[in-house]
Amino acid sequence: MAQIQLRELRHSYVDQPAADSDWALKRLTIDWADGGAYALLGPSGCGKTTLLNVISGLLRPTGGQILFDGRDVTDASPEQRNIAQVFQFPVIYDTMTVYDNLAFPLRNRGVDAREVDRRVREVAEMLELDDMLRHRAAGLTADGKQKISLGRGLARSDVNVIMFDEPLTVIDPHLKWVLRSKLKELHQRIRVTMIYVTHDQTEALTFADQVVVMNDGEIVQTGTPVELFERPNHTFVGHFIGSPGMNVLPCEIADGRAAFGGLSVESVNAGAWRGDGGRLELGVRPEFVSFAPAGADDGIPVRVVKALDAGRHRIVETEHAGHKIKMLVPEGEAIPSDTAHVRFAPERTWVYRDGWLVTGEGAAR
Amino acid sequence: MNKTVNQRAWWFVLPVVLLVAFNAVIPLMTVVNYSVQESFGSNMFFWSGVRWFEEVLRSERFHASLLRQLAFTAAILAIEVPLGLAIALAMPRRGPWVSVCLVLMALPLLIPWNVVGAMWNIMALPTIGLLSEVLHGLGFDYNYTREPAAAWFTVILMDVWHWTSLVVLLCYAGLVSIPDAYYQAAKIDGARAWAVFRYIQLPKLRYVLTIAILLRFMDSFMIYTEVVVLTGGGPGTATTFLSIDLVKTALGQFDLGPAAAMSLVYFLIILLMSWLFYTLMMRNQSR
Repeated sequence: MAQIQLRELRHSYVDQPAADSDWALKRLTIDWADGGAYALLGPSGCGKTTLLNVISGLLRPTGGQILFDGRDVTDASPEQRNIAQVFQFPVIYDTMTVYDNLAFPLRNRGVDAREVDRRVREVAEMLELDDMLRHRAAGLTADGKQKISLGRGLARSDVNVIMFDEPLTVIDPHLKWVLRSKLKELHQRIRVTMIYVTHDQTEALTFADQVVVMNDGEIVQTGTPVELFERPNHTFVGHFIGSPGMNVLPCEIADGRAAFGGLSVESVNAGAWRGDGGRLELGVRPEFVSFAPAGADDGIPVRVVKALDAGRHRIVETEHAGHKIKMLVPEGEAIPSDTAHVRFAPERTWVYRDGWLVTGEGAAR
Repeated sequence: MNKTVNQRAWWFVLPVVLLVAFNAVIPLMTVVNYSVQESFGSNMFFWSGVRWFEEVLRSERFHASLLRQLAFTAAILAIEVPLGLAIALAMPRRGPWVSVCLVLMALPLLIPWNVVGAMWNIMALPTIGLLSEVLHGLGFDYNYTREPAAAWFTVILMDVWHWTSLVVLLCYAGLVSIPDAYYQAAKIDGARAWAVFRYIQLPKLRYVLTIAILLRFMDSFMIYTEVVVLTGGGPGTATTFLSIDLVKTALGQFDLGPAAAMSLVYFLIILLMSWLFYTLMMRNQSR
């Protein structure tokens, strides 16, 4: 088990990177505590798999350092780093039995037969594979095979970190949930540092204590699922996490107050804006938008465009001056038929400058 | 539901029936016809039953050719399959050299078979051939027109030169299709090169290897042109393989009955051995 630190890590697949877009990873600095569960979340092509391969040692970074427990491992091979990785598609050794598959990494390292046997049985019991140890691995279902690839990592007791590269892609939907809770349970039991790469927010948010949101080779925000939801650091995070994503509306700021379409809107951080230009936007999640009671005329006048039933709540799309505002309305609450006023919850309404959250002195909190 | 019956649909089957009739059924039936009759002159035929088959199966000459054939096929399989696999493993997987290697490998396969025979004939000529020059220079008493061992050596060398490429190309295609994740997982699991070969590459190549072995078996069992051009089946009968023997019987001696019986036996042997190979290898894999 290890604490993992990345220092100014950058990587390019181009020989002579010049333009900003040549970099698959742009100067990442991360500190991950020993025994934590982390998720790397981002759209396809954002560099998360590159980052994973750099950490596992399959790829040598163009610049920067990787430290395991303070020791520089930038030049170490995957084997020397003593890590485990579960790939998108199950990697198993077809001709071997389940038992031999689990024993393979131990035998390669010259562990003695009795210890191998003990570890294999322990891991098989943890993963509920104990009754198939004698079966040929090739005959298992996709989730069974994925358990084997995880098991090969778990079999080594001293593994520094276990990494998952979108491991549930090929698993049937009803088994995804089972395997995900199994992972979470395993993490609580063995407390090995785990890094989970995915583009699926549900997987990331349910698995990890800390989620790292990436976009375009950069870390946009690191935080707990609650932080990502309540205080998105970037409009990208607001958009990418949540269903539907955050409303992003153009705004101006005058005298420390934000205004959208000429109407004053209370927000947390408008007071922190230094008046230094940039594109200003207002962000508020659909969860924090509500209709004003009938008759009240404060808030933003809108026209109701459509409503979608999403189970316990409805997603209502409204419009003000050509800008769409989405909101969640709980089941049973009336939806005005044509025009209405909507209110933004002031403690959940944020101002962004060029996409980034405006921070500093003067914010309400 | 009403089913429309339309007999005109039979016309669609006609082209394939004609094709199969003319290229397989009719020639084969002609051979069957010859194999059970005795023929004199132009149009005199007498029923002879299974006599020709008995004769062929008892003939020492046939046994000798069959034995030579088996030895030859075993020898080239034992050389070409491991050699082809080794070359495929050594070939680069990416970069500018890939196409160079592939073209070089494909070259022998593009040369007409009789030209291959002629090339090696010239190469091995005792007086002016490059191969014999080199071997004489190394101190070997090499003369393939006189020494059976030298003839065998030349024939096998020619076949290896001509056909190893096929095994290489098949294996290479199989190797390239193995996803990178397997190699990465093996690296993480601490597997050495031998373990990677034994537990990843070889199992992933099993189908390709089965096909390669099957193709090489069938082709080598039917080898004719190259050997006829190179040695003509000699010296003596040293390199007279089954097909050469068959042609000698049918066209050289004009013994149509025995030749027909022999081709049927020959055909059944190939069919039976291919089936055996295939089932054995496939059963091994599904276990």
